[in-house]
Amino acid sequence: MSILVIADHDNKVLKPATLNVVAAAQKIGGDVHVLVAGADCGAVAEAASKVSGVAKVLHADNAAYGHFLAENLGLLVAELGKGYSHVLTSAGTTGKDFMPRVAALLDVAQISDIIRVDSADTFVRPIYAGNAIATVQSSDAIKVITVRPTGFDPVAAEGGSAAVESVGAAHDAGISSFVKEELAKSDRPELTSANIVVSGGRGMQNGDNFEMLYKVADKLGAAVGASRAAVDAGFVPNDMQVGQTGKIVAPQLYIAVGISGAIQHLAGMSDSKVIVAINKDEEAPIFQVADYGLVADLFEAVPQLEAELDKVL
Amino acid sequence: MKVLVAVKRVIDYNVKVRVKPDNTGVDLTNVKMAMNPFCEIAVEEAVRLKEKGVATEVVVVSIGPKAAQEQIRTALALGADRGIHVETDEEIQSLAAAKLLKAVVEKEQPKLVILGKQSIDTDNNQTGQMLAALCGYAQGTFASEVVVEGDKVNVTREIDGGLLTVALNLPAIVTTDLRLNEPRYASLPNIMKAKKKPLDTVSPADLGAEIAPRLTTLKVEAPAQRQAGIKVGSVAELVDKLKNEAKVI
Ligand SMILES: Cc1cc2nc3c(=O)[nH]c(=O)nc-3n(C[C@H](O)[C@H](O)[C@H](O)COP(=O)(O)OP(=O)(O)OC[C@H]3O[C@@H](n4cnc5c(N)ncnc54)[C@H](O)[C@@H]3O)c2cc1C
Ligand SMILES: Nc1ncnc2c1ncn2[C@@H]1O[C@H](COP(=O)(O)O)[C@@H](O)[C@H]1O
Repeated sequence: MSILVIADHDNKVLKPATLNVVAAAQKIGGDVHVLVAGADCGAVAEAASKVSGVAKVLHADNAAYGHFLAENLGLLVAELGKGYSHVLTSAGTTGKDFMPRVAALLDVAQISDIIRVDSADTFVRPIYAGNAIATVQSSDAIKVITVRPTGFDPVAAEGGSAAVESVGAAHDAGISSFVKEELAKSDRPELTSANIVVSGGRGMQNGDNFEMLYKVADKLGAAVGASRAAVDAGFVPNDMQVGQTGKIVAPQLYIAVGISGAIQHLAGMSDSKVIVAINKDEEAPIFQVADYGLVADLFEAVPQLEAELDKVL
Repeated sequence: MKVLVAVKRVIDYNVKVRVKPDNTGVDLTNVKMAMNPFCEIAVEEAVRLKEKGVATEVVVVSIGPKAAQEQIRTALALGADRGIHVETDEEIQSLAAAKLLKAVVEKEQPKLVILGKQSIDTDNNQTGQMLAALCGYAQGTFASEVVVEGDKVNVTREIDGGLLTVALNLPAIVTTDLRLNEPRYASLPNIMKAKKKPLDTVSPADLGAEIAPRLTTLKVEAPAQRQAGIKVGSVAELVDKLKNEAKVI
């Protein structure tokens, strides 16, 4: 049995989620190969070869893969995937985009967002916004899987010394092209891998008020997230949405400010180790999952929090 | 240009989901069902394309039991022109849905197919991408903006890092994200009118697609419950607890 992991990267750096996916692959068992597909992504292939537990790195470098267009990546991964028992990638927006194409081209099911491996053909995944946890068994010859990174402790980024093999296959479907991207720029840690996340909801009232959360976050070295309501209202950009249909986070500490705690929001953060809720409504459902709840007006509590943190940090 | 929209009947998003005591699934008896929210956004986008004069006809398709006709009628009341019901009581997994939809695409020859990005029951997020691969079409997933220009469509996608715009050759597949639009409500006169709009029923066998499930659900369990914690009296107490009790700062 050998497993192909498709690396998550931006042509420059290997994204940490790859380390969680390799961990999931090791739970399945067998040789783990990592495919780094992109354009001018030699440094990523190099980094992947050092990841603990990786037996081989496949490096497919071609302009057609530069923007991770699903039409092109799908063809490449489906061709390479034929030689493997399992094909895995992380359940980020890139993996969610190309991986179902791979499954369809291989005529197999995709098992989305697994959080546990029970055996080589049986996996555990949340359904209904995490309100139910399903154990599913696949009868397909090749298992195509997206992995929820928070379900698996990452392997070490260093310690391996895999050979890097270059893959010549150039698949350009020629039906789609990249136009532009507007990437959020932030010096704060990435939401999905941060140790502490501070999130704001509709209670923040506007985008300017998020400054209060940024100040607290910077004191804590935290990332800042948001509820759907805050994103829909235009307070903050879409990449900050935490939840069933946004990002899944599981930090050591999650601080929810002015968020009611709808199930769709809880689906994205209820695996956090410690949850704090600041809300002026003591009946808000967020308090049912919070380890520490503070019933207060956030416009008083958040500045106080900043001041108190100054005293202890 | 013809636009095809796929809508799925799912549990209403407001319903508190309960796992069955025998762990075979979730309890759907007497539970309110509705159109998948992302499919409502898909219908709305198609109707807006028609209102802008870009689309000439909006055809809506749903695969599922007899009752799925309710969701097709809802889409017709929102402005779709015609419905296709692929009637089956079998469990239809995403790959099977994509195969059935491919057969519909071959028959209807739409220029654009709009689906939701994700069903809120299975949380799969697969069908649109699978359909695109099976048809050999380009895809714009998690769309927050769709602009048709000549024989191309520009789709702005919500991605982990922000927004990314792709240009796709038509015919193409689009899957909707939350910010694409805000769906309208159906008015009473439109609900009445929808009852008279055409709705064809076909079977999976008519479409000649292979639909056997590939995945078997062995069990479905309730998630581990979090214990509600304590209420703190002040911000100072909160910070003290985080530092000295939970030790997370
Ligand atoms: C298909 C679908 C997908 C969805 N996906 C997601 C998702 O991924 N993520 C997500 O978050 N939601 C998602 N939702 C939306 C979800 O159902 C809720 O509507 C949303 O989470 C509510 O956001 P909120 O808590 O910020 O707003 P509200 O529910 O309006 O809550 C605001 C809270 O702020 C408190 N508040 C107000 N003023 C103050 C103040 N001055 N001080 C202190 N507290 C204050 C209020 O008491 C209230 O509890 C989805 C919904 C659907 C239908
Ligand atoms: N049974 C179905 N009938 C019609 N459309 C479906 C069906 N299943 C999935 N879809 C479409 O595919 C989208 C994504 O579903 P999924 O891949 O199951 O998360 C949905 O929002 C629908 O647009």
